[in-house]
Amino acid sequence: MQPVLKLENLSSFIGPFHIVQGVSLDVFPGEAVVILGRNGSGKTTTLRTIMGLLRVASGVIELAGETILGLPAHQVARRGVGYVPEDCIVFNFLTVKENLQIAMRKADKETYARQSYALDLFPDLKKAYSRYAATLSGGQRQMLAIARVLQNDNKIILIDEPSKGLAPIIVERVGEALIAMKNSCTLILVEQNFPLACAVGDRYYILNSGRSVHSGSVAELAQDVQLQNRFLSIGS
Amino acid sequence: MDTFIILLVNGLADASLIFLMAAGLSIILGMMGVLNFAHGTMFLWGGYTSVWIMARTGNFWLGALGAVAVGALMGLVFERLFIRPAYGKVTAQILITLGLMIVFTDLARLLWGATPLPALRPAVFDGMVALGGVRIAEYRIFLIVIGVLVAIGIHALINRTRIGMVMRAGVQSPEMVRALGIDISKYFTLVFAGGAALAALGGALYVPLVGSVWSGMGMENQILAFIVVVVGGMGSFIGTAAGSLLIGLMGTLVAWFFPPAAVVANVLLMAVVLVWKPAGLFGLEGK
Ligand SMILES: Nc1ncnc2c1ncn2[C@@H]1O[C@H](COP(=O)(O)OP(=O)(O)O)[C@@H](O)[C@H]1O
Ligand SMILES: [Mg+2]
Repeated sequence: MQPVLKLENLSSFIGPFHIVQGVSLDVFPGEAVVILGRNGSGKTTTLRTIMGLLRVASGVIELAGETILGLPAHQVARRGVGYVPEDCIVFNFLTVKENLQIAMRKADKETYARQSYALDLFPDLKKAYSRYAATLSGGQRQMLAIARVLQNDNKIILIDEPSKGLAPIIVERVGEALIAMKNSCTLILVEQNFPLACAVGDRYYILNSGRSVHSGSVAELAQDVQLQNRFLSIGS
Repeated sequence: MDTFIILLVNGLADASLIFLMAAGLSIILGMMGVLNFAHGTMFLWGGYTSVWIMARTGNFWLGALGAVAVGALMGLVFERLFIRPAYGKVTAQILITLGLMIVFTDLARLLWGATPLPALRPAVFDGMVALGGVRIAEYRIFLIVIGVLVAIGIHALINRTRIGMVMRAGVQSPEMVRALGIDISKYFTLVFAGGAALAALGGALYVPLVGSVWSGMGMENQILAFIVVVVGGMGSFIGTAAGSLLIGLMGTLVAWFFPPAAVVANVLLMAVVLVWKPAGLFGLEGK
């Protein structure tokens, strides 16, 4: 089976710093792959490299068999990559409605149908529809960042630490949304919250110092405390 | 009371002209992160273009239109050729835009000479009008009306169009705009050219007010626009409008009551604002 996304020996720089130094992974249709690893291991930078946000990158990035390495970010997005960035960057000076509108890659019936599905998933957003995003809570911002991606027809969605900085009860809501998404989309989820990662993920890759060093099935990792301690320092 | 009316009208007219230049400067800095030291060049070339066209056709409006066209064209070429390779490289931008300023100021001197050329007001607005017992130059009223119309136009553009939506988003995070599938560089060119056209219009409307056009006026007026951006907060429309009013009115007051303090007053105002609100009156705190 052809992977939706294939990275092979991916490498990228932020300015003069060689951050991603060899990441290889495959994501197959319908899968939810979690990327794990300590703070600073290069998870965010890997996603940014896939999105075409870093100038200097090498290796292989293939989306449904076509190379997207070197494409500018807007073209990567238009080819069907949805991106929910770290720290849920939504546009403060746009209303919720405008935040959704600006992110629509097409204005067809299907897109509007997916938009209303996303709004049903997060009724909070419906209530705040004409408010500026600057007035939203952290949880609502995260929901908006997810909703604006859900309305498009994506081959894959990249989500970077959606639970970061959120209250436990909100994390639960976001987790439910991720599980709902998983049924209709292919996902890469970067997540430090281990229970959440286990609840959503099928397979995992572990990054260490910018390299993918280990992979396997999430169900097995959940049992293997030794492995968890070695790469993830859970609880520390 | 008479003095008050005169000062108010003069201050508002000055504010309109400053606003035309500062509007582009502010959004270019806020959205593209470019400190555009070549912005005054458009003001300068707008002034010369309008005078040149008016000398040939006798038509002020044609001159103003020509100035806008030349400003937009210069903005387009500057952005595509010189600014685009330097996005994200602040030092390079400063050097490039300063270089453009120097080259195009000298080019204007080469074309039109070092001595100031006379600039005339359009015949329809050349008279005086009585306002509350004082006689006011019609041209100043015209400037105020233009300032208000342009401000309304920009406000509508920002809040009611797709371009405006991308501008508001881009001021916060151009990268996120790209990552959503939008080719923001197209909008950069558009906004840069639009800002340049407004500055050129400012120059074309400024020269009849002071009666002449000279090669140093770009640099001189650009400084005022920079002060407005610092005071108002970069990328903020309200801030630019408020800052222009503040600088225009204060400049007129100081020039009337205590001329020697004209320069010091602006710098002082800027210092006070920076200490009190480092991001400017309406700027984004810690963007
Ligand atoms: N703008 C930057 N400049 C220099 N180094 C950076 C920058 N952003 C991230 N890094 C470095 O890159 C490494 C990986 O960062 P990141 O991808 O954010 O890690 P993660 O998401 O796994 O926590 C870290 O060591 C971090 O210090
Ligand atoms: Mg990260």
